[in-house]
Amino acid sequence: MKYACELKQSTYIALWFILLTFPIMVVKVNTIENIIVWRWINIVGVGVGAFVLSFFWQLYLRKKMTSQQTAPEKVSILNRLIENPKIYRPALFIVGIFALIFPAVFSHYQVNVMTTALIYVMLGLGLNIEVGLAGLLDLGYVAFYAVGAYSYALLNYHFGLGFWMLLPVGALLAAFFGILVGFPVLRLRGDYLAIVTLAFAEILRLVLENWNTFSFGPSGISNIPRPGFFGINLTPEQSAIYMYFLLIALCGLTIFVTYRLQHSRIGRAWVALREDELACQATGIDKTKAKLTAFALGAMWAGMAGVLFAAKTTFINPASFTFMESAMILSIVVLGGMGSIPGIILAALAITLLPEYLRVFSDYRMILFGAALIIIMVFRPGGLLADRRKQYKFHQPDAKEKR
Amino acid sequence: MGNILEVKNLTMDFGGLRALNNVNLHIQRGEIAALIGPNGAGKTTLFNCLTGIYKPTAGDILLYPPDGKAKKISGLKINIITELGVARTFQNIRLFGGMTVLENVMIGRHTRSKSSILGAIFRPPATRSEEKAIIDKSYSILEYMGLAPLVNELANNLPYGAQRRLEIARALATDPHLLLLDEPAAGMNPQETNELDALIAQLRTDYNLSILLIEHDMKLVMNLAQNIFVLDYGEEIAYGTPQEIRHNPAVIKAYLGEEADAEVS
Repeated sequence: MKYACELKQSTYIALWFILLTFPIMVVKVNTIENIIVWRWINIVGVGVGAFVLSFFWQLYLRKKMTSQQTAPEKVSILNRLIENPKIYRPALFIVGIFALIFPAVFSHYQVNVMTTALIYVMLGLGLNIEVGLAGLLDLGYVAFYAVGAYSYALLNYHFGLGFWMLLPVGALLAAFFGILVGFPVLRLRGDYLAIVTLAFAEILRLVLENWNTFSFGPSGISNIPRPGFFGINLTPEQSAIYMYFLLIALCGLTIFVTYRLQHSRIGRAWVALREDELACQATGIDKTKAKLTAFALGAMWAGMAGVLFAAKTTFINPASFTFMESAMILSIVVLGGMGSIPGIILAALAITLLPEYLRVFSDYRMILFGAALIIIMVFRPGGLLADRRKQYKFHQPDAKEKR
Repeated sequence: MGNILEVKNLTMDFGGLRALNNVNLHIQRGEIAALIGPNGAGKTTLFNCLTGIYKPTAGDILLYPPDGKAKKISGLKINIITELGVARTFQNIRLFGGMTVLENVMIGRHTRSKSSILGAIFRPPATRSEEKAIIDKSYSILEYMGLAPLVNELANNLPYGAQRRLEIARALATDPHLLLLDEPAAGMNPQETNELDALIAQLRTDYNLSILLIEHDMKLVMNLAQNIFVLDYGEEIAYGTPQEIRHNPAVIKAYLGEEADAEVS
């Protein structure tokens, strides 16, 4: 029989599950009347459920095994879609139009939600440089975000400097902090690096929380001005729309710059560093330089996003920059696909927008989030849109590059 | 012709263990030299000292590039030594597995190109032509190594022999004067070893190289090398032409053990 092996396997699993869940699903002790209730019907449910789930799981595994044997490198449908010019060009056009008319069609609230999502797109793309390309597992990325936000808030508070002046300043300060963290961790890799960056972010957060004279402690800084628009006073609604377009533009810039960096000599050096540190040095890449530029250029976007965040919410305090936030950004990068720009944009939008629109399930948010993470990692270990290496085409001796 | 590399009284300690003891070695320009010795003799340690992975405890390593003055390379950073013209391969292949074959070789061109971060972002004509030159050069090396049909494959997916050749291609891309090959024939069948034999000899003339190779395959070594160095327990026990080495009693002893020992045990 065709499925004999799967049926046998599933039967064992079902029996095993019945045995395991017997004490909690069947036996129920009623302590008031001191009797034991035997709920035999539950056994049937557990058995059938486990059997059916296991059977389909086994079928899936078998299908995967055979397809792997026949086609060693299977490109996913999503990947093929976004690589086909006939599909991605009109799709980009539609997305562009949608982005432009979005504030006109949707409410003030929706625009605000979308603006937040775009901030996460920026953060995800920035962290992608560190984690996705250079392979530097940074668990304290939120620190750079905080540096950006606080540099806008504090420099504005003390010196009255404007948004446009402080946007690059915030980015540069964050990049500087990136280098500052980069130096001590030059020799570290993997888990060790992760712990140091995590500690750095926690130190920064605790300093911000406790150094009252500098950062106003847990009460934070309020009344941060929104970005000016040629000196015109905007209503909150107009200001939100302005913020939205600002973020669209800056996300565009982020995508453009990170794409160019990724497909350059420097981006290649980062990937080589991720793949094999020793071989990368022996092939002539300066490890120190590569790591520090990755930290600086990754942190820069977080700094910029921080300035935007402070300007958008007009209030910041250390509670916005907890480890939870770092984990969120990291899961955007991992879910989207390390090194894959379209994947990360998709994941950032999904992770920030879905909870907003699925408010009905808000009680189960973390459960669903965890389940989604597990499912994606099992079925698509490379992320939603796994990164694929650039392909080159060569004709005659005069080699020509083609995407 | 003169020497391209001189190693003087090189000593390398790991804690209390002396891996290399007062090793002297010189490689003439344009020659193929071989470094042989039993397992654990310190051959790879010597390679790691030459390429900057280890900092020698004592002694000097001098490099004589064709166009310049002698340069002391012991203690320099790994990538600087590569930039000065010493390239290597690894005993256990170390490729950038997640990158394509072409990209692996393109990484080799890193030290010979210089576009900056701003260049990467704005892509001025200089960067674009540099990038094109990198691709062209890398492709021509791959063609030479017979890997042209595989350019877009991931390095991880290559068969073993092709991975070995790709590692050599990547080393060639750095424009070396001296190429260090760490057991290039390891794990190859006799036919592949013969091909490699021809390839290495060809490389020397086509790329104007001096080559130092570590190898256990004695047929390959005797065929290729003009001079052979023999290491045992971190000490240099012999140096000479293949003929001399073949009949050197110290070498025979190191490889086969002493006859008296064999009788006692």
